[in-house]
Amino acid sequence: MAGKLQLKKTPMKEQPPEERIKNFNEVPYGYTVEEAIAEANRCLQCSPPPCVKGCPVNVDIPGFIKLIKEKDFRGAINRIKLTNNLPAVCGRVCPQEDQCEKACTLGKIKGGEPVAIGRLERFAADWEAEHGVETPEIIEKKDGKVAIVGAGPAGLTAAADLAKMGHEVTVFEAFHKAGGVLVYGIPEFRLPKSIVEREVENIKKLGVKFEFNRVIGKILTIDELLNEEGFDAVYIATGAGTPRFMNIPGENLIGVYSASELLTRTNLMKAYKFPEYDTPIKVGNKVAVIGGGNVAMDAARTSLRLGAREVHVVYRRSRIEMPARAEEIHHAEEEGIIFDFLTNPTRIIGDENGRVKQMECIKMRLGEPDSSGRRRPIPIEGSEFKMDVDIVVVAIGQSSNKVLLQATPNLKLNKRGYIEADETGKTSIEGVYAGGDIVTGAATVILAMGAGKTAAKAIDEYITNKKKR
Amino acid sequence: MAEIVSKEKIAENIYSVQIFTPLIAKKCKPGQFVIIRLDERGERIPLTIADFDRDKGNIRMVFQVVGKTTLQLSRYDVGEDISDVTGPLGNPSEISNYGTVVMVGGGVGAAPVYPIARALKEAGNEVITILGARSKALLIMEEELTSVSDELLISTDDGTKGKKGFVTDVLKELLDSGRRVARVWAIGPAIMMRFVSELTRKYNVPTIVSLNSIMVDGTGMCGACRVEVGGETKFTCVDGPEFDGHKVNFKLLMERLATYKEEEKRALENYRKSIEEEGE
Ligand SMILES: Cc1cc2nc3c(=O)[nH]c(=O)nc-3n(C[C@H](O)[C@H](O)[C@H](O)COP(=O)(O)OP(=O)(O)OC[C@H]3O[C@@H](n4cnc5c(N)ncnc54)[C@H](O)[C@@H]3O)c2cc1C
Ligand SMILES: Cc1cc2nc3c(=O)[nH]c(=O)nc-3n(C[C@H](O)[C@H](O)[C@H](O)COP(=O)(O)OP(=O)(O)OC[C@H]3O[C@@H](n4cnc5c(N)ncnc54)[C@H](O)[C@@H]3O)c2cc1C
Ligand code: SF4
Ligand code: SF4
Ligand code: FES
Repeated sequence: MAGKLQLKKTPMKEQPPEERIKNFNEVPYGYTVEEAIAEANRCLQCSPPPCVKGCPVNVDIPGFIKLIKEKDFRGAINRIKLTNNLPAVCGRVCPQEDQCEKACTLGKIKGGEPVAIGRLERFAADWEAEHGVETPEIIEKKDGKVAIVGAGPAGLTAAADLAKMGHEVTVFEAFHKAGGVLVYGIPEFRLPKSIVEREVENIKKLGVKFEFNRVIGKILTIDELLNEEGFDAVYIATGAGTPRFMNIPGENLIGVYSASELLTRTNLMKAYKFPEYDTPIKVGNKVAVIGGGNVAMDAARTSLRLGAREVHVVYRRSRIEMPARAEEIHHAEEEGIIFDFLTNPTRIIGDENGRVKQMECIKMRLGEPDSSGRRRPIPIEGSEFKMDVDIVVVAIGQSSNKVLLQATPNLKLNKRGYIEADETGKTSIEGVYAGGDIVTGAATVILAMGAGKTAAKAIDEYITNKKKR
Repeated sequence: MAEIVSKEKIAENIYSVQIFTPLIAKKCKPGQFVIIRLDERGERIPLTIADFDRDKGNIRMVFQVVGKTTLQLSRYDVGEDISDVTGPLGNPSEISNYGTVVMVGGGVGAAPVYPIARALKEAGNEVITILGARSKALLIMEEELTSVSDELLISTDDGTKGKKGFVTDVLKELLDSGRRVARVWAIGPAIMMRFVSELTRKYNVPTIVSLNSIMVDGTGMCGACRVEVGGETKFTCVDGPEFDGHKVNFKLLMERLATYKEEEKRALENYRKSIEEEGE
């Protein structure tokens, strides 16, 4: 290492807050070549590298960073892609501060910040997009036929891996587009949809077939896929797609959205371009988003961009208990989102036409820690107050989507209503594997991808053994 | 992609189209619907499967032009493709031999009634159908419904055909006549379903309605389609679309249907303008 150790991350330029709240363009611009090399130079090339253990798919982090340092960007992206099929996505949306970067040696030094692994990963992936993708040759053809249900990160990863192993893969997707939460949930300004499309195109080039508008459980059952359509195995990756509501009075008034609906209308259906696109959305003056996770941050920042004048995030605990990523909270604050902590809605009040007019909330205080280890919020009696709002967005979590589960009664579920699967993704039905949010409950992109990878291996083994029989 | 294989205007502002979707045609059951998206910029809208031909691989949809998307669809020609068709969605109607059933179809709601009536007839029911519209020119599906009904009664608001009045007037007469009716199905405008339900409640006749709430995905992932049934929130797309009419909160349904009134008006005006410009 030449010169003095640079303690802080090389900054990444961003759209200024006052500008970006008026558009849906991506907020950070990404590193230039010079910035990327400067950042790569910070890496100590630890051996063994602790950062790799922090990554759910074990990207060879020092390996790819070294290649960036050496300006072998093609080599860098190929190294990442050995274990990560969606680097442009992960570089942008992985909670790196809890994963790879959390374990980085540099971050442990007093006053030091970890290497910006995510930004470097994004840099390598974007470099590839600009300079053309090398599609790996599929060396060995195998005669397995696999059906993947759901084109989110778990399904896409399993599909790509199985295709690379030489199997014939078909992805069945309920929506008209692939990507799962990447296209209908995570907003354009955090993850441009063109990037997801690009990654999906790469997977298509591996020979994976996509059948859109196919709701499995309705048009075909798992049983039919296995016994009539000739698939050797099925991978279920349908996500945790059903929005939860609070069950308080007034929740069905006009102007109350689930975060899923608000985001699906905006992202997938492009309601922010209404009437150029046909799908409408109500633009609020004063919006209250209920919840404290990433989904709540996305809903709040989306509402602002749709044209709301004032956006509140209403959260029943305090700032330190907020599950959202630090970076997202920071971005939201920069943009002028107002946080109402220790506040919980008790009812929503409508006007004579059934439209939201006000929300009544109660103040909370924190009691003893609950089973999740976070301090439990307790209502303060008599502290109710009303706030004027015209849109309420409920972002308090999702549960498993029942469409496929109800049509597959012999599939064993766990107590929380998700599919029961072992560490390889194997379920209670032979030849049927599952992974991602439909097994773990709402989690992260990279965990879903990790599950897809593991399952692909297990499915490959299962098919190989089956064919031997 | 699904090709339009036939198209017909069957009444003022009401069209019938058949599209080629073999898998849906093979799988669908009476009472189910599809969600279509016409093109890349299109909205996803639900339409009931009004008939299906499993051999030819076609499904039929009957729709009324009420806004931008339905107007655009009415301008599609045979041979053109609908970009996306998802289905069959929703739960099928519960078909069984109940005895005598009364099928009430109001306006364009007569179309979804048809496959259900046919299935009920095949299951051995005595099927009495009440068909209603504002005026004779707006009556649809008369021939089809006649073929699957033991009796077909008609009402028009203006008296141009059948009895002058509402479907509820005809239904009330029927119930008063002492006929034992085991079940009523009512499909049509929310207001009609509400009045039918209010009437049959007095006679204690179980009544099924098919709700037409606003939808996006149709698979339980957004909650746009929430309705209140028996005081509980339900998702029309996965819990319905058929519900016990005596338990439905129709006031809420009607309010929620008006959510995007202003936006819909704007979209329609814009589209009309673009058609005119094209025509010049
Ligand atoms: C708004 C939002 C923001 C998020 N932000 C982040 C973030 O910044 N970083 C991060 O790591 N994670 C984030 N997450 C979580 C992350 O997106 C999910 O954990 C991840 O997408 C799960 O992947 P999956 O493949 O299991 O399911 P999904 O992405 O949910 O995909 C499931 C797919 O299956 C399809 N499907 C469902 N049922 C059927 C059926 N019956 N037949 C056919 N197809 C079906 C769905 O249409 C969907 O396309 C966010 C989630 C949300 C909602
Ligand atoms: C399960 C179900 C089955 C249906 N079956 C039929 C049918 O067989 N024939 C038929 O003519 N109509 C049917 N409808 C209603 C049909 O979906 C609407 O008329 C259509 O969406 C209007 O779209 P538009 O763009 O032309 O009009 P818009 O101007 O968008 O809307 C006109 C009115 O239609 C309703 N509507 C708008 N958007 C939606 C949406 N995304 N989903 C549902 N309703 C909406 C609203 O009440 C609105 O005021 C059905 C609705 C549901 C939920
Ligand atoms: S995939 Fe995610 S966790 Fe792994 S190295 Fe990349 S950014 Fe870090
Ligand atoms: S822990 Fe940090 S410094 Fe060490 S190899 Fe990994 S990224 Fe480089
Ligand atoms: S239409 Fe989205 S949940 Fe029913």
